[in-house]
Order: sequence, then structure tokens, then C-alpha cells
Amino acid sequence: MDYASALELQRRLVGERQQGAIDDQLLLVEHPHVVTLGRNGHRENLLASDEILERAGVAFHPTDRGGDITYHGPGQLVGYPILDLREWKRDVAAYVRALEEVLIDTLADFGIAAGRIPKLTGVCVQERKIAAIGVHISRWVTSHGFALNVSTDLSYFQYIVPCGLTKPVTSMAALGVRATLDDVGYVLAAHFGRVFDCQMPLAAPALAGARKREPI
Amino acid sequence: MTDVVMPQMGESIVEGTLTKWLKKPGDHVERDEPLFEISTDKVDTEIPSPAAGTLSEVMVEEGKTVGINTVVARIEENGAGAAAAKPAAQAAQPAAATSPEPAPAAAAVVEAAAPAPPAPPVEEPAPAGEPAGPLSPLVRRLARENNIDLSRVKGTGAGGRITKQDLEGYLAQRPSAAAEPVRPQMPPAPAPAAAATVAPKPPAPLAPAGPAKTRVEPLSTMRIKIAEHMVLSKRTSAHVTTIHRVDMTAVAQMRERNKAAFQANYGFSLTYLPFITRAAVVALRQFPLLNASLDGNNIIYHNEINIGIAVALENGLIVPVIRGADEKNVLGLQRAVVDLAARARSRQLKPDEVLGGTFSITNFGSFGSLVGTPIINQPQVAILGVGTVDKTPVVINDAIAIRSICHLSLSFDHRLVDGALADQFMSKIKQVLEGWTEEVQ
Repeated sequence: MDYASALELQRRLVGERQQGAIDDQLLLVEHPHVVTLGRNGHRENLLASDEILERAGVAFHPTDRGGDITYHGPGQLVGYPILDLREWKRDVAAYVRALEEVLIDTLADFGIAAGRIPKLTGVCVQERKIAAIGVHISRWVTSHGFALNVSTDLSYFQYIVPCGLTKPVTSMAALGVRATLDDVGYVLAAHFGRVFDCQMPLAAPALAGARKREPI
Repeated sequence: MTDVVMPQMGESIVEGTLTKWLKKPGDHVERDEPLFEISTDKVDTEIPSPAAGTLSEVMVEEGKTVGINTVVARIEENGAGAAAAKPAAQAAQPAAATSPEPAPAAAAVVEAAAPAPPAPPVEEPAPAGEPAGPLSPLVRRLARENNIDLSRVKGTGAGGRITKQDLEGYLAQRPSAAAEPVRPQMPPAPAPAAAATVAPKPPAPLAPAGPAKTRVEPLSTMRIKIAEHMVLSKRTSAHVTTIHRVDMTAVAQMRERNKAAFQANYGFSLTYLPFITRAAVVALRQFPLLNASLDGNNIIYHNEINIGIAVALENGLIVPVIRGADEKNVLGLQRAVVDLAARARSRQLKPDEVLGGTFSITNFGSFGSLVGTPIINQPQVAILGVGTVDKTPVVINDAIAIRSICHLSLSFDHRLVDGALADQFMSKIKQVLEGWTEEVQ
């Protein structure tokens, strides 16, 4: 799903969630190559010119999530939870820590020992960043979310300073774990359901888990 | 007057950074309309206005970090501020009017999609500020192609008319950046390959039924893998199945003679499977095309004979591989089958023990099946299905005899293997099994 469509879908779901028209949702998607810049991001962390990005087939998209610059692309499992935090803990920091927990537990199931990054947000394996988090909240309803490198072509990160960090990146594949996005998505959805205490019926095959059937 | 404070976004959060004001002083805000944004860690939060009115005062500027409950702004419910907001709103209107909608996008699409006529009739849009006086078609075209504003070109022709030379002179002087013609569009980036890995939508999802009528359960990872592999194989290979009836009486007798010794000496029983595997190995040696793979327009002959043995699990199926199966006798094959099956069921197989198979055998006879048409285990080109071994009356030399009969089926990839070859291969297996003489240990 291209980034703009995913943004539009999130915008619609956030609106419906704010009105209480739908239950909490978890969207799991894969984007074509795109570099996105958070609201507080610094464009100087984009290391490539527009021309180079264009030649590499990478789109550029400013966006309204937290965090700095990041890259999305094939082989990366991107999760967009649309949750009303008033029904959870009313705690933004706890929400981010819970997302990290979901990612760490998911990686553990694939035999990868991942951890938090002290004082920062995201998930690391041996000092290498494997998952990024960037969240937007409007009236306690979340959008944006996380991006987990499953079999991402890491060379695309050369175009940016991920989240403004000069930390190297890694992926599950780079750590020797061969898994498809679907494999990881199923495991992740299960952990998500546990951590956020919700049931995860499947909305669309191999695409999204959510509390409620939602056409996607 | 309502105070707007830095909200507490969580138990452990004591401060927040005000990253952006979404309204300016003097702007009118509705209650619950986003007023400003704060950032904590990786979370951006839009803060709605606590009241309707006019934003009269902003105390914290963008980029400042303040503690929770700090007053960041004041909203005046009514009065003077409201009046101040009005002119701004009015000013916005004419601004919007100055950007008229360009030609409808749909029209452009239609034009692009239509088959190209000899020369698309392009209307000559009069460039803004076009000088009075006639212009030659050549000059018009040059100006259009080079994106030249003709009002900036001094004409030296008759009556101040702009000539081709004038344009060329102007182009030569113009800074190169501006002169650069509009670059042709880059070819669109190739569709990301991974897009294909996203599972295609099924033709039509089931209509949601009442809660009692269906139950939705996600597939296990193994089930998804199996499903993908089976469909891939059916899509890849031209499956044909041939079935041969094999008299297993000689093997049955050999088995009877050694069964007890196997149990006593090695701790496992002796089944039909290692005999059939052994016979398949002999036949694969003779017909290497059955121990091959197809790679585009190339045949890959495998020098090793690695036999995959399908093992049924509680909720799935796995095909561990006996490597170097041609170097093992019946005892070695039986040992390998027992070991792999046990470890498959206790999920202790190593990843490389399910890889590298060159031919597979599936023994559905152990579940009572007479005959089956197995699906090829890609990228192999054939799979042998083993039916149940039953004592059956058969006609031998015009007399009825009771023999141990087994049906063996071979599904083969007709892209690479023809029926005649497949049946020669099966005849070889049949010949080895029916005339079994080899000792087993």
C-alpha cells in the first residue's frame, strides 16, 4: 500500500474512532520505497538530493507523526494502531513502551534478543536499530506507529540519518532469520492483542488484524 | 477567559515540548478544534482547544519545553478578539479566488489515453505578456519549447518583430538553469518486487455471517507455508500421475524375517518404506531426469540423491530429507526415517534438514489410502506416493494367488518428464521390489 493511501486510510479511521463509530484497529502494511519526515524532523537528515531519491525510485513524504526522518520500503512490516488511549491507560509514554514490548516479544519468538534503546524510542539488537517508532495522537486516538525491518534492503537507509540517529540499522534477515512479513505479522498481532488486551480477529488476509471486521 | 494548559499525557510525563501552534493570536477556535501540538519523545500530540472563542494570548512559543499544567495560552470566549479575527478570514477569501482551477484533470487523462493522432492539435496558448505584433509560427514554437516569456525578448525585425535570431540570442544569454528545457519524465520506478509478496486478495471474502454460524481463526504459520507451497507447485508444474501395482510379497517375506531382529538390535521396527525408498534410489540412478530440477530453460541434474520423506504432523506436514540416500542400505534408510520423523514431530529438526531434497516420497498408505495423486515438492520434478500394502487375490499364470499388493503412484512434472520415461522409472521400482534379494542389515 503506498504511503499516501495509508495516510488517508488512517485519517479516515482516526475520525471514525474519535466518533466511536469503530473499535480499535491495527493496520499492518508494506510500503513501496518512501522516505518520510516527522513534523519535528530535520530535513538535513535526508542525505540524498531529491534527484538521487527520484533516481532510486524513493518517494519523499512529510508527515505529521512524531520522530525525525525514516525510510519505509519492501520487506518492512509497518504497523499503524488506531487506538483510543482513553480506553487503555491514558498514557502516551506507556503507549510507546507497550509498542516496544510488542516488538521485542515478537522478535524473541523468532529467536532475536532485542531491547529498548536507553533514553530513546525504538528497538535495538546489539546496538543496531531494527524497529522505529513514531506516533501521532489526536484526542487520545493514535495513528502512525512502528516499522520493523524484516527483510528490508538496508542499503536504502544510506539516504537518511534514521530518526536523526547515527546508529546503524539491521533487519531480521540480516540477523539470519528468514521470515515473511505475513509470518511476522501474525506473531506480532498475537503479542499486540496480549499487550493491549484486545482480541485480534483478522480483517483482511495477511494484511491487518483488528478488533473488528473492517474492509481494507 | 479560559486558560490553556500543557496537558499531562501520561503518569511519568512531567513536561512537554510545544512544537507548533495551529492557530495564531486573533484566530477564532472552536471547542475541541486542534489548537497546538506537543511532542514527547517520539509522540506528537494534537491538543484540542478547551473552549470556543478567540485565541487572545500565546505565552509559550514554539520549541519551548514547559512543565505540565503550565498556562500556554488564553482564549477569550467572546468580544474584542472575535472582531480581530474577522478581517483575517475575509482576507483569505480573495487569496483563494486568485488560484483558479486549471483545466480539469480528467480532460488531460482522456487526451493522454487516446491513440496518438498524427500531430496532437495543440492550441497555441498566448503566453502571458505576449508582445503586440505578428509572430511567425516558428518563433511561437521556439518560445513554447523553450519556455520563453516573449515579452522579455527585444525584437529586432521589421516593426520590432521578434525573429528567430532574437530568440536564439536571448537563449544564449539566459542563465542556464532557466534555459534548461523541461526534463522528460523519468520512467516510473519499477513496481517494488515485494509488492507481489503481499498476498493477493481472495476473489470474494465470505459475507460476514452471524456469530453462531462461523468461527474465524487465523492460519498457523505452517499452514500458510503449506498453502503457499502447494499452490505454487500446482501453478509451476504440469502434474501427471501414473499408478503401478506392485507385488510386495518378496519384500513382505524379507520384512517378516528381519522384523524381530530390527526391534531387538536397533530399537525400531522394519517397515515397507525403506524398501520402497531403496528401490526408488536404484531407479533414480538409472533415470537421472527424475532426480533433476527445471530452471528456466535449463535442466539441473543433481549428483546427490536426497530423498524427502513427508511426515504428517498434528496440524501440518513437513518433508525432512535423507541426504545421500543412495549410500544407505535398508537399515540405514529405516534409521534415518525413524530419526527424522521423530524429530519432525517434536519440532527438533534443524533448518537444513528440510532443504536440498531432490525427490520425495509420501506414504499415505499408512493412513489406509489405496492410491493418491501427490503434489510435487518444488523444485523437484517427481514425487512417489505409497499406498497401503494389502493381501489381495491376484491372477498369476492363470491361477488365483494371494499376494501382498501395493499401489505406487508417481506424480511427475510433464514439462520435463514424459509418460514413457515415468513408466520406465516405475517399472524399475516395481522390478526391484518384486524381485527383492538384497539383505537388509
